[in-house]
Amino acid sequence: MTTGKVTGIIANLVTVEVNGPVAQNEICFIDLNGVKLMAEVIKVNGNKASVQVFESTRGLQIGDAVEFQGYMLEVTLGPGLLSSNFDGLQNNLATMEGVFLKRGEYTKALDEEKLWDFTPLAKSGDQVIAADWLGEVKEGWLPHKIMVPFSFEGTYTVKKVAEAGQYKITDTIAVLTNADGEDVNVTMTQKWPVKVAVGGYVEKPRPFKVMETGVRTIDTLNPIAEGGTGFIPGPFGCGKTVLQHALAEQADADVIIMAACGERANEVVEIFTEFPELKDKHTGRSLMERTIIICNTSNMPVAAREASVYTAMTLGEYYRAMGMKVLLLADSTSRWAQALREMSNRLEELPGQDGFPVDLSAIISNFYARAGYVKLNNGQSGSITFIGTVSPAGGNLKEPVTESTKKAARCFYGLSQNRADKKRYPAVDPVDSYSKYLEYPEIIEYLDNKIEKGWVDKVTKTKYIIRKGKDAYEQINILGDDGVPMLYHEQYWKSELVDFVILQQDAFDDIDGCSPLERQKFMLDLILEICDKSFKFNNFEECTAYFKGLINICRQMNYSEYKSEQFEKYLGQLKEELKHE
Amino acid sequence: MSEKAFQRIYTKLTAITKATVSLEAQGVANDELAIVAGRLAQVVKIKDKTVTLQVFGGTEDIPTNAEVTFFGEPPTLNVSDDLAGRFFNAYGEPIDGGPAVEGEKRQIGGPSVNPYKRRMPSELIPTGIAGIDLNNTLVSGQKIPFFADPDQPYNKVMSMVALRADVDKIILGGMGLSNDDYLFFKNEFESAGALHKIISFVNTTDQPPVERLLIPDMALTAAEYFAVDKNEKVLVLLTDMTLYADALSIVSNRMDQIPSKDSMPGSLYSDLAKIYEKAVQLPDGGSITIIAVTTLNDGDITHAIPDNTGYITEGQLFLRADADSGKVIIDPFRSLSRLKQHVQNKKTREDHSAVMNTSVRLYADAANAKTKLENGFDLSDYDLRCLDYAKEYATRLLAIDVNIPITEMLDTAWELFGKYFTKAETGLKEKLIEKYWKAVDK
Repeated sequence: MTTGKVTGIIANLVTVEVNGPVAQNEICFIDLNGVKLMAEVIKVNGNKASVQVFESTRGLQIGDAVEFQGYMLEVTLGPGLLSSNFDGLQNNLATMEGVFLKRGEYTKALDEEKLWDFTPLAKSGDQVIAADWLGEVKEGWLPHKIMVPFSFEGTYTVKKVAEAGQYKITDTIAVLTNADGEDVNVTMTQKWPVKVAVGGYVEKPRPFKVMETGVRTIDTLNPIAEGGTGFIPGPFGCGKTVLQHALAEQADADVIIMAACGERANEVVEIFTEFPELKDKHTGRSLMERTIIICNTSNMPVAAREASVYTAMTLGEYYRAMGMKVLLLADSTSRWAQALREMSNRLEELPGQDGFPVDLSAIISNFYARAGYVKLNNGQSGSITFIGTVSPAGGNLKEPVTESTKKAARCFYGLSQNRADKKRYPAVDPVDSYSKYLEYPEIIEYLDNKIEKGWVDKVTKTKYIIRKGKDAYEQINILGDDGVPMLYHEQYWKSELVDFVILQQDAFDDIDGCSPLERQKFMLDLILEICDKSFKFNNFEECTAYFKGLINICRQMNYSEYKSEQFEKYLGQLKEELKHE
Repeated sequence: MSEKAFQRIYTKLTAITKATVSLEAQGVANDELAIVAGRLAQVVKIKDKTVTLQVFGGTEDIPTNAEVTFFGEPPTLNVSDDLAGRFFNAYGEPIDGGPAVEGEKRQIGGPSVNPYKRRMPSELIPTGIAGIDLNNTLVSGQKIPFFADPDQPYNKVMSMVALRADVDKIILGGMGLSNDDYLFFKNEFESAGALHKIISFVNTTDQPPVERLLIPDMALTAAEYFAVDKNEKVLVLLTDMTLYADALSIVSNRMDQIPSKDSMPGSLYSDLAKIYEKAVQLPDGGSITIIAVTTLNDGDITHAIPDNTGYITEGQLFLRADADSGKVIIDPFRSLSRLKQHVQNKKTREDHSAVMNTSVRLYADAANAKTKLENGFDLSDYDLRCLDYAKEYATRLLAIDVNIPITEMLDTAWELFGKYFTKAETGLKEKLIEKYWKAVDK
């Protein structure tokens, strides 16, 4: 193995003089008085390698020894990942000792002693390739497939698969014979470099299904596709975190991976304190059982922050290859971009806009491209739906990270300071936000079948009502309540009705917090029916009072169990009110 | 800062900037301290034989033949119970005339708490100020700054909050404090008879700005000693974090780093997060709560310093001079405590969050009425009542000079609802109205 000696140190960028070959992105360990600090090669120039250290470099000296490892930053894959709390390098935070994180302490990602109930799926004589399923174990309630390791090239013949029984992840559960007639042992665990996308699928079609989230402003107005990508930019205090938590709790997915990337530690604490108590709305099991947390909070080393999003994506790809629906949430991708900026800065690269590296846009699109819906070798399918948050400086969306992400992600859920100030949550701006999936013929057809024929036209109509209302509101503000025709007031209040009943949603309410598609359709139909009516008001006060009344009844409906007695009572009241005009 | 035997002494500087010096030296470790011409300095960069040091006291009149002695270790603080009641400078040296503190020597700026070992903050810290307790409740383990223009009395408010809070230790980290403000804090603490639980690390405006960079780490190392080793509730006050960030930009500028927004270093977010994230609720009952001050330039929160701060902290408290009541108030619209829902209605009365939301909503209606008035439109009866309500709400609840228990704040709010509004106008739940509504003669 190649070794080297430290020749330069600036913060966590260390220059190493090497005595042999090194690879870009290769991992090395720097010896600091017996403590091994993990680092990654990010640039090579002659016999000098620049490495970014994933830990504090305090106390490091010129001449300290470095050992190169011959592999890239990789994660361990296998049963036991679910409900774990990892740091950005996949160290298990729960098994670390002491209150403080110790430098150079690396823990195993998986429990190697635990026994798993294995059931074979393949049999002797089967021809298999990488990512094919050999067997499965029950991880919580999910069937966790044991696959031919992703790194295996070419076709193999199954020589032997272990019988059903209990095994540790390191036990051999299959023997495969390669084309040259050599036997290879396969265990339940494998490693994969995080910066390389996992293959193992035959095709990646355009997304054609909608992922239900229970959040009306997303599902009804701008739905995200299963296997699709979206992002949520917004200034601080606009409800990014609450919205992400709602998605994690409610989305119709098998596995949720949350990458807390450079964010507050208390938010992570909230997840692992509350999720075990919360029930998955689809299966009734504890939410934590389907969740993996990758946690590199803002005070943890910056270089590991960059790694954390890749670690999260790789774990997602692993579960996707088992045919699962994965939802990956990264909060926030801006912190990841800042980590790239800090490193690029120390490498003295010529900066792009706002000091970010010039290839920022390419790095972001490359990352978003790893999400997607895939058809597996065995005809099954799996998906990664990816939603990242962006924290634009000063809330200004004209900055490199937002702009680059806009090119890569297909859904845009812009949080508006104005809506947040008015406590209109979720503060997703109904006019600026979009879902490109609404233009996909596949998605339109899917919604035609899933909800009703012509659904997307209704969505378009709803958006039109909101826009008209906004225009009317501006006119009223300029000309005064009495200075505009009655029609303006009516238009404005119709959009307010949509806003209060469809867009706004109380994330903390047990019933309103999650709204199933069927219920969303019912409410949208109801609201559109009202908006289709034309009213005759004598003055604007009458119009205001009338719509305020309607809004109040509809909101009570939102807070009531769907189709319950109470719900029907309010519906009756509403119909009664509507007769008056 | 005693010198050890066999320390190598260098006398040949190869480069000097306003904040750094470089020289050729061997066996030097990253982050290590040194003395350059009698001034404290820290290693910030090593390249082959050349070592670059950041000189905290500035480099004025340092000659190229200045004496440089390395310490062999990063900045440290001696921690023990003797810290209590003492005043220190940025290097942790006593400035109150007392003896040096004996105790365990700890490196400052140490590692962070394993997120998995944290507990959810859930203990209320009452302050008596309704703008905080009622609308933006403080929770132990929280980190929250005051956003204030330089002319507002933020230091006064902060010392009030600190002295009223039920905590075991209060640690003041003063960065770029004017000498007057330093003496103000000292007097306040003394006259409150609270000196025994207060520890201060102070850098005043007449001292070099780069020294400030050591203050938060010193204060937090002391805080961690009491919170982690002694399981105490510690409140850390940091004022003014804007001046801290300014010092960061000076250093990064001297080191030829490419500035990002508002000429701040690209690492500003991480630098601030390292400090604020020390706020923690520990499993064994100890906690560190951080209340900071970020001064604003004319209320501009889009500037890089308040902007990055807002993304890190758990809310912010906005000070504003209110024209109607003539008092400094805590702005209910722009202030936020992200952890308030963990204590409201749980550690306080059941009507807390409902009263908070309603009173702020009615205050917002008053703001709309005011806009209407300014634009020359007619005001309705409701608008007029809102305006009267707003004035009394600001005076009796939002003003920072209020000092009452939380139940009294809630009762006051109910009294105002009864005085100016009908039950229906408040939109409060039937159940709460039955129990708490106060009819007042109008």
